[in-house]
Amino acid sequence: MKRKYFAYPYIVWMILFIAAPMLFIFYYAVNVDGVWTFRKCWETLTDLQKWRVLWVSVEIALATTAICLLVGYPIAYILSNMKKSVAGFISALFFVPMWMNFVLRTYAWRAILEYALPDLFGIPSMTGTLGAVLMVLVYDFLPFMVMPLYNTLSKLDKSLLEASRDLGADGKTTFFRVVLPLSVPGIVSGITMVFVPAITAFTVPALIGNGNYNLYGNEIEQAFKLLAGRGDYSVGSTLSIILLVCVLVSTAIMNHFDKDKEGGSIL
Amino acid sequence: MKRFTRSLKYVYLGLMLLFLYLPILYLIVFSFNNFAVGAGRRVSYSNLGRWNGFTFANYGTVFSGDAGKALLLTLEVAFASSIIATVIGTAAAIGINTMRKRSRNVVVSVSQLPMVNPDLVTGITFMMLFAFVNGLLVKAGLSQINDFVKLLIAHISFSIPYVIFSVLPRLKQSSDMLYEAALDLGCSPFQALIKAVIPDIMPGISSGFIMALTMSLDDFVVSYFVADRIQPLSVYIYSNTAHGSRGVNPALATIIFIPLVAMLLGVNLHRLSKEREYEIQNKKVKMKK
Repeated sequence: MKRKYFAYPYIVWMILFIAAPMLFIFYYAVNVDGVWTFRKCWETLTDLQKWRVLWVSVEIALATTAICLLVGYPIAYILSNMKKSVAGFISALFFVPMWMNFVLRTYAWRAILEYALPDLFGIPSMTGTLGAVLMVLVYDFLPFMVMPLYNTLSKLDKSLLEASRDLGADGKTTFFRVVLPLSVPGIVSGITMVFVPAITAFTVPALIGNGNYNLYGNEIEQAFKLLAGRGDYSVGSTLSIILLVCVLVSTAIMNHFDKDKEGGSIL
Repeated sequence: MKRFTRSLKYVYLGLMLLFLYLPILYLIVFSFNNFAVGAGRRVSYSNLGRWNGFTFANYGTVFSGDAGKALLLTLEVAFASSIIATVIGTAAAIGINTMRKRSRNVVVSVSQLPMVNPDLVTGITFMMLFAFVNGLLVKAGLSQINDFVKLLIAHISFSIPYVIFSVLPRLKQSSDMLYEAALDLGCSPFQALIKAVIPDIMPGISSGFIMALTMSLDDFVVSYFVADRIQPLSVYIYSNTAHGSRGVNPALATIIFIPLVAMLLGVNLHRLSKEREYEIQNKKVKMKK
């Protein structure tokens, strides 16, 4: 028996449940109630409102990614310079919240922003503001930025830093000319791990934004969930195709920056 | 100056940890809040901001009603799906590792789809697949796929790639000679895999299993789109957080958080003791020299 055959159950599974489901997006985009038509698809594509939402989502996702990078890089850098035994424990502390149901954590933020902080400081409720939505998005995705950065930075060859010092560079120069360029792979995977989920995060705008800052994910969710009936699969599918194109483009751009990536996996 | 920057670093890390743990601590504090205001009034968790006095009552009711069912369902789906995903994924990785380059590239790139795809897209594709299949089943006069099976299929599918990609690197490190040596020593191919290859790649398999378990426990989006009639914990929480609904018992947060912290401490203590053992062994080796 060849070992190759061990992959066959998976290949069958992959075709049925990974490849085939993807085809349904295209199937339902042009098939409304069993009739092949481009009408719904075209209506969605030319709906300016949807494109506006997409643009706002991209802006919010970019802002989230940028804040996560600015806040997360120092965390990863400090952790990577700590003693191994201490760093292991503290970095684990940073990743534990990831295991805790994020809907529950977002729910807690709503209580804090709606009641606790306003009561404490005598200010109006903070939910429904752009700042609140951004903060909770950053909160949700920060560990996903810190993790790849920490992995890259802790594997950095420390003798390179010594070499840089020996050659007369001060701390600042060493950081910007040696550490930062070498951590690009971590930055790239951090950005991909934050940006793509941030465009599609529909729970945070729903719970924290009070519906004021609907993202592209909300648009898709509503097409499938609220407007029941099969016809709207078409709208949702078309929106998903646009989303997939955006994801592919952003992944391609990121891969371009990350030249020495092996295999192309995100994690 | 140096001491100053060092303490600044710890202050920064501390603030960030506070930021990350604030909502969790908030829920834990409010899990001791008395939510039953006035005698005989229905408990409503929606006023999660007003302190009405200390009570343990929330812990008595934490598993009652839909919350307990939801927690149980989440655990069932997580363990069942990650065990199945680990078996299929490990077998797949062993197979993929011996494939020719071109077919391997095809399989590897299709396997990356669920990792690159946003959850939302994975969720809706499964929703549409099951709607389509159920439509066919109804036409044929058969019963529809049950929600538990749907959840299981979806969770297995998005977990398998994580198993494959944590086992594959391990397989590349381990030598093919091991398998051949086992064959030469009289093992059947299957025995060789069980007795020689699998033990060698065990760390990869176990980290794949942990990844699959994490992915499944943490999932909200895919379950939200896939299950219609039953609710895993995350879907239960989401559907009870809408304005005007009953809210979620904050004691749930403690119930989830304590095992996590215990696990974290356990893993770290285990690693620290291992490190010490390693140090002692190193010293012994040096002394012998």
